[in-house]
Amino acid sequence: MSTASASAAANPAADAVYNYGIIKRFTVMSLFWAILGMSAGLMAASQLAWPWLNMGIPEITFGRIRPVHTSLVIFGFGGNALLGTSYYIVQRTCRAPLWGGKLAEFTFWGWNVAVAVGVVLYMLGYTQAREYAEFVWPVDLLIAAVWLAYLAVFAMTIRHRSQPHIYVANWFYMAFILAVLILHVFNNLQMPVSLTGLESYSLFAGAQDAMTQWWYGHNVVGFILTAGFLGMMYYFVPKQAGRPVYSYRLSIVHFWALSFLYMWVGAHHLHWTALPDWTSTLAATFSILLLLPSWGGMINGIMTLSGAWDKLRTDPIMMFLITALAFYGMSTFEGPLMSLKSVNALSHYTDWTVGHVHSGALGWVAMITFGSFYHLIPKLWDTTIHSVRLIYVHFWLATIGIVLYIASMWVAGIGQGLMLRAFDEYGNLAYTFIETVSFMHLPYVVRAVGGMFFLSGVLLMIYNVYMTITAAKRQPRTAESGMEAKPAST
Amino acid sequence: MKHESIEVNSGLLIVLILAAISIGGLVEIVPLFKIDETVEKVEGVRPYTPLELRGRDIYIREGCYACHSQMVRPFRDEMLRYGHYSLAAESKYDHPFQWASKRTGPDLARLGGKYSDEWHTQHLINPQAIVPESVMPPYPWLMENELDYSDIEKRLIANKRVGVPYSMSQEEYERNVEKFGKDMADKLHIPNAEASLEAQATNRVWDGDPDRITEMDAMVAYLQVLGTMVDFSQYEAGELAEYR
Repeated sequence: MSTASASAAANPAADAVYNYGIIKRFTVMSLFWAILGMSAGLMAASQLAWPWLNMGIPEITFGRIRPVHTSLVIFGFGGNALLGTSYYIVQRTCRAPLWGGKLAEFTFWGWNVAVAVGVVLYMLGYTQAREYAEFVWPVDLLIAAVWLAYLAVFAMTIRHRSQPHIYVANWFYMAFILAVLILHVFNNLQMPVSLTGLESYSLFAGAQDAMTQWWYGHNVVGFILTAGFLGMMYYFVPKQAGRPVYSYRLSIVHFWALSFLYMWVGAHHLHWTALPDWTSTLAATFSILLLLPSWGGMINGIMTLSGAWDKLRTDPIMMFLITALAFYGMSTFEGPLMSLKSVNALSHYTDWTVGHVHSGALGWVAMITFGSFYHLIPKLWDTTIHSVRLIYVHFWLATIGIVLYIASMWVAGIGQGLMLRAFDEYGNLAYTFIETVSFMHLPYVVRAVGGMFFLSGVLLMIYNVYMTITAAKRQPRTAESGMEAKPAST
Repeated sequence: MKHESIEVNSGLLIVLILAAISIGGLVEIVPLFKIDETVEKVEGVRPYTPLELRGRDIYIREGCYACHSQMVRPFRDEMLRYGHYSLAAESKYDHPFQWASKRTGPDLARLGGKYSDEWHTQHLINPQAIVPESVMPPYPWLMENELDYSDIEKRLIANKRVGVPYSMSQEEYERNVEKFGKDMADKLHIPNAEASLEAQATNRVWDGDPDRITEMDAMVAYLQVLGTMVDFSQYEAGELAEYR
């Protein structure tokens, strides 16, 4: 069936024309933004623990650094990883070279220029103040153009496939590309102050604006951080395990259910607000339903390893991939829980939400990317990884970092939530707000330490990748000289 | 239909994905623009004056929404701590909304009038001088920077284009006089914008320095109007809850 194309033997004639150059660049840029984005995150976390780190410098105060962090890790690290891996997977599973030539080049340059310019402008004070859509309107226009080009390159490569079936990973990438196009356009409808300026006012106001923004905000999670990375998972997990996807039927069911259900759940970010009640009730209902396709994906991924469980002991790349799926399962259980109105009354506005996001972002998104990159990079440069031992070290640094992060945010978030709603025996509020701030100092310190662990793991990965690539470049290429990319061993 | 027919037809795949991902958003968002109950009918909510609007622009520039919500929820602890829960009507002129999603600091929806102008000025310059345990960054540059209001008319026009009732023509002005009173209608009249901003910035010494119009003036003016537009004593308990 369709799973066969992932493990099909390489066809040297076709491989020779695959465009690997652009994938290499996306991969390197992804890691570059990872370092900057996670450093910005560490800075922001440290500022909350030790506020003197704001230093009275406008460009690096928490309010400006926070969107720098979120945009760099989501769009810089995650975006480059998704564009790069999608170009790799679509070529290999369709047995077709990347369509579009210069258009694909444009997606690389356009995307990275947009990210770079966008975050520098945040530091200079230019923002739309919409979470994960803070880029100002000229940058939004560039992103829209890049995305249309990306859609064209991806869809046309599929059209020119020499395989009859479209492999399941490509369905997920396609849903990700189409959804992001719609979300991006409708959430960035702005009225510029002037055509020569960077500032603008949102087309919508108040409740309607809030609904549009969180329809976007949660579907950034749903389609970039979930569907896109599930596409990655559906290629690299079977590849690394050397086994076909566990259940073809399950992948169909959970793909369509996920695509349909996610778009309903954004309003669970607006429980108990001035948004009409029916909207958030509907969103909570669909959030609970969403548990099923989420776990469908997790089960399908983890069970792909059945019959090869020993790899969890012997293969650190597999450890990354399977741990990522475990965190995916955990955070997609926690999410529906937090979307219940009674739970949300406590968790909303607190660090519990921040911890939840990071169990998904660090645990699932970053871990699945690291695992995929450790598989992909030696293939792209036709070599072996410099050090397997360093992959183990990276894995443990990352895992310890995540656990510290999530646990401290549970303490900070649930603790603050409980303190804010506590009453004394006379029915007065038991704590002032600032007492909750003092309480959160220790969890904030632990969170920053967790971030340091995670970031140091990435630095180690960069060293490992750097050594791998430089060694590959030194290797003599006698037999294959003249070929653009030689067939990767499968 | 067998699923295989989708797997071999990329056009069909695209169409079906578009159908699947469109329904949820359409069902939840489109009615909000049509249903009257989305925004309550209450008295008092008005557009921001030019000075307040510039303050709001600075609030957005500094990313205040990353730590401060402007949305009091209908819970006993929040009403005790902040005041009456927020109404949709209170942000109907907010482009973009600033409800936010995190309270590293307290909610600001009902901040207006709680503290003096001087308190705000000193607190923004150095939060820890007023509240030692605070983790808020200092904003001394708000006091140093002269407020740039050279394009204030363009800002009001942009807001007008997205539906905020600033007036340009005499007819629009008179409608505002009826709705908001003459004093306020003058401030919301776009041709008056610069003069109105200067008058509001100097008639009250927001930042303690009467000689300069600073970003602090605008910021404090914005913070002091937050949550003060609706007079809740005019409404019966529970009357507004019916809109939920």
